[in-house]
Amino acid sequence: MNYLVIVIGAILVNNIVLMQFLGICPFLGVSKKVSTGIGMTGAVAFVMILATIVTYLIQNYVLEKFGLGFLQTIAFILVIASLVQMVEIILKKVSPPLYQALGIFLPLITTNCAILGVAILTVQNEFNLLEGVIFSTSHAIGFGLALIIFAGIREHLDLQDVPKGLKGTPIALITAGILAMAFMGFSGLV
Amino acid sequence: MLNLNVLEDSKMAKRESSFTNMVVTLVLVTGIAAAALGFVYDFTKGPIEVAKLKAQTEAIKTVLPEFDELGESMVLSPGEGQDSLEFFPAYKNGELVGTAIKTYTKSGFSGFISIMAGIDKDGNFSGYSVLEHAETPGLGSKMDVWFSNPEKPNQYVIGKNPETTKFSVSKDGGDIDAITASTISSRAFLDALNRAYSTYKDNKTTGDSGQ
Amino acid sequence: MNQWKNFSKGFLKENPVFVLLLGMCPTLGVTSSAINGLGMGLATTFVLLMSNIVVSLVKSAIPEKVRIPAFIVIIATFVTIVQLTMQAFVPALYKSLGLFIPLIVVNCIVLGRAEAFASKNNVGSSAIDGLGIGLGFTFALVLLGGIREILGSGKIFNITIYPENYVTLVFVLAPGAFIVLGYLIALINRMKKN
Repeated sequence: MNYLVIVIGAILVNNIVLMQFLGICPFLGVSKKVSTGIGMTGAVAFVMILATIVTYLIQNYVLEKFGLGFLQTIAFILVIASLVQMVEIILKKVSPPLYQALGIFLPLITTNCAILGVAILTVQNEFNLLEGVIFSTSHAIGFGLALIIFAGIREHLDLQDVPKGLKGTPIALITAGILAMAFMGFSGLV
Repeated sequence: MLNLNVLEDSKMAKRESSFTNMVVTLVLVTGIAAAALGFVYDFTKGPIEVAKLKAQTEAIKTVLPEFDELGESMVLSPGEGQDSLEFFPAYKNGELVGTAIKTYTKSGFSGFISIMAGIDKDGNFSGYSVLEHAETPGLGSKMDVWFSNPEKPNQYVIGKNPETTKFSVSKDGGDIDAITASTISSRAFLDALNRAYSTYKDNKTTGDSGQ
Repeated sequence: MNQWKNFSKGFLKENPVFVLLLGMCPTLGVTSSAINGLGMGLATTFVLLMSNIVVSLVKSAIPEKVRIPAFIVIIATFVTIVQLTMQAFVPALYKSLGLFIPLIVVNCIVLGRAEAFASKNNVGSSAIDGLGIGLGFTFALVLLGGIREILGSGKIFNITIYPENYVTLVFVLAPGAFIVLGYLIALINRMKKN
């Protein structure tokens, strides 16, 4: 399969947040400021790529080998949960500045469905390891792109005179809807 | 009013978070979970197989003329480097009435589309059923009815074959009208049918040449 | 707290979707039709009910520090049970909900109720809480799916209401999910004020 197709498909056409509705919680939750958006993107990218690699290996060398495909969900979520813990501990020891930047986002990531979603999609699409890494990296970039654009819009939105009833979540959702419409323009690219 | 909260206060002390306790608990919880799932998996394995087979048989039934027996399926390659197609020959009273072909295209508006296409014994398409697609709802997704509407002969593919009819959209000089506003999905659909037909043809000639 | 209140809080006062804003991914992802919303809602309700019951049964046997991983395993088990059962008996629905079934495991509502309610309350209340919140979630999904289906494909539960030529397609597509939910929440905020 063409790598470029995977990249463009994942970042623009099937944008993980706006088209596939994965990772909506952080998308709505930590998008009030661009700077936190960037931090969250970093943490998600880090864990997403690692998780995809580890779950890929587990799926192909453990679950499938022993006919335990039905344990997929449980195995993957455990891997992700322990991975997040490990990353947290290692970062704290190895790189305190990075830990400071990403630390507060890490606990939120276990229940970020984008991570588990991408891990499962990688297996479903029968990618090899390299394609899987490219796929998850592109999805992380797509997540970051949507989150940062959205945070930028919301920073401006704060200064606008929004009708009372729409303040807060409603206007954020409607903005996301319009952003999703813009991203629909990319469909058919690949 | 029922009040079940009486038990509330008799809360037992939580188990201590010692290392052994934690490990034992997690191993126990995971073990029980895996065992329970193994049991459910065993129980549902049969029905899942049956459901899959039923969906496939149903699709084959809708695309072929009446038959009473399905032959053994064959896996045939449409060409170098392409994923292979599955062929299901169908018989009535021991005679071949048609072949259902599980074909695909990767050039849909949203990528992969899987179609079950039927070819009758005269080599014409006898029907099709879209098994899997991610085309835009209301536009490309209309392909499941668009090409099988007998009132619109210019978009009807049943009873035709790529030898006598040009199986490409009219915009590209073909004989089939594309779905309104969904040329890409229509091209992809015809691509899948062409793939099925050419593979069918290739294997038929090689099969017949021995006689 | 009486049990009726415990049950009914999930519908409006503490509706997971409209008020607590939890479980947004499946809410937006599967509600292109009312029937999908119903299927997803009921699947989630089952997981919520069962995991709440089990968590509240074993709560005192689980050491504090490994609480969350243990809960996650319990939840994942029930999710897989739902997954296998749906695959076996309602394959068409399973196919249309797709990825979102295994993703129930990371639905914040489920872990949230296990942690915030079931790990502190007895079995009876936990079961009622799970059922109430689950049905509240289902209600939200069916409402959202119904509105999108009517506007976007002119049908409700697959019954045609008006001809397809007049539909506004965007409502069954991705942007429609965000927009309809946005206006619904605005409406509910307004109702709550009155």
